[in-house]
Amino acid sequence: MSSIEVRNLSVALDGRPVLSGIGLSARGGEWLAVIGPNGAGKSTLLRAMMGLLEAQGDVLVDGVPARSLKPRQRARLMAYAPQSPLLPPSLTVSEYALLGRTPYISYLGRDSRRDRDITESVLERLDLSALATRPLGHLSGGERQRVVLARALVQQAPVLLLDEPTTALDLGHQQQVLELVDRLRLADGLTVVTTIHDLSLAGQYADTMLLIAEGRHVASGPVKDVLTRSLLARHFGAHVRVDQGPDGRPLVNLIRPAPPSSGTVPDGSSGTAPDGSSGTAPDGFPGTVTRGHPGVATGGSPDRS
Amino acid sequence: MKQTRAVTSRPTALVVALAVLVICLLAGLMFGAAGISLKGIVLELLDRVPFVSVDSGLSPVERGLLFQLRLPRVVLAAVVGGLLAMAGAGYQGVFRNPLADPYLLGAAAGAGFTATLMIVVVQIDGLVPLAAFGGAIGGVLLAYALGNTAGRGGGTATLVLAGVAVASFLSALQTFVQQVRFEQLQRIYSWILGGIGGDWSQVWLIAPYALVSTVVLLAHGRLLDVLSVGDDEAVSLGVNAARVRFVVLCAASLATASAVAVSGLIGFVGIVVPHVVRRLAGGSYRVVLPLSLLAGAAFLVLADLVARTVLAPAELPIGVVTAFIGAPFFVGVLRATRTVDT
Repeated sequence: MSSIEVRNLSVALDGRPVLSGIGLSARGGEWLAVIGPNGAGKSTLLRAMMGLLEAQGDVLVDGVPARSLKPRQRARLMAYAPQSPLLPPSLTVSEYALLGRTPYISYLGRDSRRDRDITESVLERLDLSALATRPLGHLSGGERQRVVLARALVQQAPVLLLDEPTTALDLGHQQQVLELVDRLRLADGLTVVTTIHDLSLAGQYADTMLLIAEGRHVASGPVKDVLTRSLLARHFGAHVRVDQGPDGRPLVNLIRPAPPSSGTVPDGSSGTAPDGSSGTAPDGFPGTVTRGHPGVATGGSPDRS
Repeated sequence: MKQTRAVTSRPTALVVALAVLVICLLAGLMFGAAGISLKGIVLELLDRVPFVSVDSGLSPVERGLLFQLRLPRVVLAAVVGGLLAMAGAGYQGVFRNPLADPYLLGAAAGAGFTATLMIVVVQIDGLVPLAAFGGAIGGVLLAYALGNTAGRGGGTATLVLAGVAVASFLSALQTFVQQVRFEQLQRIYSWILGGIGGDWSQVWLIAPYALVSTVVLLAHGRLLDVLSVGDDEAVSLGVNAARVRFVVLCAASLATASAVAVSGLIGFVGIVVPHVVRRLAGGSYRVVLPLSLLAGAAFLVLADLVARTVLAPAELPIGVVTAFIGAPFFVGVLRATRTVDT
């Protein structure tokens, strides 16, 4: 397990400050969610942590400054999946996943038997073996996301930086992908840092949270301290109600700011008692996801679409 | 192991491509103004292997025809076709753009300009290949320098635009020189349309560059696969994307310049062959590069055979033939494999 820490990170693009003095820290095996309104600098933060952008400040993996590492060494400690990864349509799933072994292969070297074995075992683990020879152009959205995850896992880095891993997925696939990340995190002791714009999802999975707005640190800490009604109102301009889910995790629900006079908007005060059915928020609002117990997979084969 | 077999290599595809190439080479040697029997060719070639002595039954005239005319021409066609197709695949990988071809960065316009200068001003025909070689390299260097000053990030879009600018500028210069000496137009035109001259001196002229660029390009297949997922991810995987791009560009440009030097501007091979290969054998550059080399070689040998036999004793410009055979074939492959997007 490896911890990751960011100290006083600042990024300027074309002279315009995009991030100013951001700090974060995640202990080994922890899941940290970075949240913030559009344009807050979430993706920039991950890219800067990965060394893809000029940045001031320090990124430390297990206390070692990433700056002091060679690119290949750093790639063995941190894996990164961008928000919209490029998936060359005629590359096969296994060829793509094998690219995760790049940090272990010398410049003009070839992949070894071990590299191929690791790739194969990861594909098996993510239930992708049957798709191994399929071109990436023939995958569904959920499969694509799993393949990207496979590539990152093949890298065998203890720290995983995922930029919006659930974008463009439907509700069920969002849940499946995040469950998968969580399962792998618990099994392998991975430290996970994700940006995620769906606050309910973020609240369900993250251990700790960092809220940034306009490139600055706003709040950080345990999920319940960050996902508060007042913070979300101030920085997202969103009218929400934050409830406590059955497992104590906060559930964020959008409320229409000016409800019409008739009773079309569910009234939280009417006291629809939580019936314990996971998947439905206490007030019967659709669209919030409640998380299963950690370590319990939600089904052997996610995404058989 | 069953699934990851596809990862390592595709030996069957390589064997098939090699067999096709050998068949095309033999056909190229057999047919022409005077036919030579297949048996004679095979035995004669065997005879040249050290410690082997067989009687091929070829007459001295046929032997001369085979070794002084056919063989160098067929070898040159194979080398040029292989280089262009492989360079095209390299350019497509570097620019992550299926429309990239070996002439994208001003290699063609540069070579056209210097070759025209040599034909029109200096008027030493023997130096045209050298001039074209220098012009092709110069065009690419100019585009690269311009692209780097304009877009500091080394982005590929800026580089392509710089290539467009350089190509237009050099074409304008070339047209200017050509108009000044109007009477040389036909020679310039026939150089631009491309043709395989084919004597051994041309083969030896480009052999060292051809060898170096081939080795470098083939060695970078895996890294081009890494580049294909984007610069950010390549860097996050510990690969210096800019350096890989530079090295591949250099090697592909060297290959292009070598081909242009001895054959003029042959279109279509560099863009179509890699696509056909990709459609038939998958998109990994570890497969696409070697297969493009073999398929490009076979394709150009065949095209040259058609160019010199269809209107014999007159010769068609080979560029006309590559497009004439290549375009319908390409459409056929596109139709047959339309489910896979490239």
